[in-house]
Amino acid sequence: MKVVLRHPKREVEVVGRRRVKDLLKELDILPGTVLVIRGSELLTTDAMVGEDDVIEVRPVISGGGA
Amino acid sequence: MKCRKCGGAAVLELRRHNVAFCAPDFLEFFRKQVSEAVRRHRMFTRDEAVLLAVSGGKDSLALWDVLIEAGYKTTGLYLDLGIYDYSKESHAKCEAFAADRGAALLTVSVEQEVGAPIPEVRAVTRRPTCSACGLSKRYLMNKAALDHGFPVVATGHNLDDEAATLFGSVLHWQTEPLARQSPALPSTHPKLVRRVKPLYRLSELETAAYAFLRGIDYIVEECPFARGATSLMHKEILNRLEEASPGAKHNFLYGFLEKARPAFERVAEVELHECARCGQVTTGTVCAFCKLADQVKRAR
Repeated sequence: MKVVLRHPKREVEVVGRRRVKDLLKELDILPGTVLVIRGSELLTTDAMVGEDDVIEVRPVISGGGA
Repeated sequence: MKCRKCGGAAVLELRRHNVAFCAPDFLEFFRKQVSEAVRRHRMFTRDEAVLLAVSGGKDSLALWDVLIEAGYKTTGLYLDLGIYDYSKESHAKCEAFAADRGAALLTVSVEQEVGAPIPEVRAVTRRPTCSACGLSKRYLMNKAALDHGFPVVATGHNLDDEAATLFGSVLHWQTEPLARQSPALPSTHPKLVRRVKPLYRLSELETAAYAFLRGIDYIVEECPFARGATSLMHKEILNRLEEASPGAKHNFLYGFLEKARPAFERVAEVELHECARCGQVTTGTVCAFCKLADQVKRAR
């Protein structure tokens, strides 16, 4: 599957079906810090993602501020 | 994962509440949290004109969406920081959002008011970028509200923002900021408008999910100066705590607001004056904004 990451925007290929929580673990991303998006769907951590999917992992943390 | 309310397929798990929701039930939960914040802290009424600071990001646009839907009288305020393409894109997002909903949007240019855009302010002052930017934003929000007759300014600060600010203040035991940290700050001077944060009960994950599910086109890119900001480091630490112990951020912030803040408030009463230069409110003779603008002027 193709995984689209941000900051900076980049894509990585991940092989094999797995749960979102396992995908995030492999990418070393904390589940509470990103939206996991497939098309127009938001995915929960127990959802399965597979070979043909394009998954966007979108950070939710806004920075800066004094 | 199933929705706690209807049993349908969930789209978001809220570990701190030990629930998951489908899209319609999550949107309802989100709106209820905003209305609870507004009600509990008497932030504003439906008869008051609210000036809402919008950045083009998920939080402020999600808040604007909720307030418009709920029938509040809102006007957006976009502060143009002059940060290259980032500001151009975020301004365009705010304009498109306002145009779609027939909402009013005011724009104030930091360059015109301070004397230089933020990248230049950054170069000529020794302050961290986010500090000079935050100072300018707070000043200009208050000034815009006074100039246009708004009694209240709302910002899109969320639970994570507030927990990170609290964490930073506690690390240095900054008692004045601790006394002032609140979801609603009343007007304590005729030239200081009320400031409110209706999203303080909602996490960043929740505001991002709301914006996504409502189809709000917000700027996902980060401010180019935010990298390395102390507040981001504090958020990362808190997110690690949250992962190990869901509800940690919520308990940290709510516990402070309920139990600790009143003690700081009692000891931190300060006298407010009008700045000798611009007439805005300050604790000294000349306000920090005028000093910043002077510094920029000298360096140009």
